[in-house]
Amino acid sequence: MSLTETPGMKGQPLPQPPAIQRFFGSTVVSVAIYVIVIGMIVWGSFTGAQNMGYNWQWYRVPQYIYSFTDDGFQFGELLIGLGATLQLSITAFILASLLGLLVALLRLSGLVIGSAVAIGYLEFIRNIPLLVLLYLFYYVLGPIFGFDRYTASILTLAVFHSALISEILRAGINAVHKGQWEAAKSIGMSTGQTYRYIILPQSVRFMLPPMTGEVVHLVKSSAIVSVIAVAELTTFGRNIISDTYMSFEIWFTVAMVYMVVTLILSVGVSYLERRYAVDQ
Amino acid sequence: MTGSTPIIEATNLDKFYGTFHALKDVNLTVHSGQKMVICGPSGSGKSTLIRCFNGLEWHNSGKLVIDGIEVHEHSKEIRDLRQEVGMVFQQFNLFPHLTVLENLTIGPMKVRKISQAQAEETARNYLQRVHIPEQADKYPAQLSGGQQQRVAIARSLCMETRIMLFDEPTSALDPEMINEVLDVMVELAETGMTMVVVTHEMGFARKVADTMVFMEDGQIVEVSPPEQFFTNPSSERCRMFLDQILEH
Repeated sequence: MSLTETPGMKGQPLPQPPAIQRFFGSTVVSVAIYVIVIGMIVWGSFTGAQNMGYNWQWYRVPQYIYSFTDDGFQFGELLIGLGATLQLSITAFILASLLGLLVALLRLSGLVIGSAVAIGYLEFIRNIPLLVLLYLFYYVLGPIFGFDRYTASILTLAVFHSALISEILRAGINAVHKGQWEAAKSIGMSTGQTYRYIILPQSVRFMLPPMTGEVVHLVKSSAIVSVIAVAELTTFGRNIISDTYMSFEIWFTVAMVYMVVTLILSVGVSYLERRYAVDQ
Repeated sequence: MTGSTPIIEATNLDKFYGTFHALKDVNLTVHSGQKMVICGPSGSGKSTLIRCFNGLEWHNSGKLVIDGIEVHEHSKEIRDLRQEVGMVFQQFNLFPHLTVLENLTIGPMKVRKISQAQAEETARNYLQRVHIPEQADKYPAQLSGGQQQRVAIARSLCMETRIMLFDEPTSALDPEMINEVLDVMVELAETGMTMVVVTHEMGFARKVADTMVFMEDGQIVEVSPPEQFFTNPSSERCRMFLDQILEH
């Protein structure tokens, strides 16, 4: 392990870092510190709950995730809620991407009115809290245009996230070298063809990392629609608690379910990133 | 002069970048089949001029007619024109996410609406012409600079262009790769293609050019046949420039 014993090294070995740095830098010590800290947090919350006289009933939780009956495997309420959350998030994300692309292209169009509209939209959306935007859609625009709570929540999430997505798309498009535009133009491509065949395929790898963050953000912020009682994971969690009073167990479980979903997303995208990593 | 029909006619072109006067009252005629080499110090407007020839830059006043099409910022036929006028860039500008073959076929397929089979046949043909048929399925990043530039030349040729513009095609290349690109350009010249080349490769100019143009400070200072240009240039500034670049 010691570098000084490596054959083929002729020069003087370089000085080692100080002992204390080596101690805290080693993998074993880092893992140990991590385990101790996590252990303290878990222990702290459990003894805290104990002191409150909280009655842990973890054994009652699995039935809300899944169960086996005579008909075989049954989805529990939490998984049904998760399905609704995913459906909501995916629909909102698709809408947000389309809207975001439109805003990004408007901004990049070079038309004064185009950028003005885009910037106005961005500033309007970015400076309103998500909850207020939801209330606007549900209590104000909903009755006016006659859409239900589910549509209102999809539109809210789509509009809110389209602002950030448009910035991600714009940055990705701008990151492609200017020479690519010139080359595409010089073989007679139209602006639309250039975007479709040359620019956007190359922007994907610039956009993937921030886009993942945005999807994760969207899945998490979809929980807010529980305030207008749209049936999804958080709403189901709340309903179970009002039936069973198991608030600790259920909220822990709901948090874990969100975490599992977003972690799977991140891992999946880092795989995609490696696939799209074309060196220039 | 090989041809007699003017294919590029620039009359009193002026071009500004903000307050910077990049082209000053430029008059230039290129005939069909002509090989023109434009040289001059950096910042003299050579690149700007040929970039105007396929609408990558727009002149601010004057008249530019290419292949019967009047070129200006609002001309509807600019895309038709670009299919006739090929451009080879200093930095190659190949599409890095496409293979060599796809780089060559995407223009004909998407712009000229030619079938994939036919486009690939043409592409392989031109890859043969630039001596790299075996690289068809590689990505640009896997090729050397000289090979990339030859792919870029083939990409332009695949559009069946009638005029080829070269914007310092060898300036970004390692010295040992310059000749392989120049050889391809010499062979191209022999086919009778109309070529306008911005370059400092005077050996190439002597071999290929039938007209030499010297630009300085946004103006065309000298237009003359190579024999006269290299031995007895009429302007003092051109003589000094040639002395400097031919010294070594």
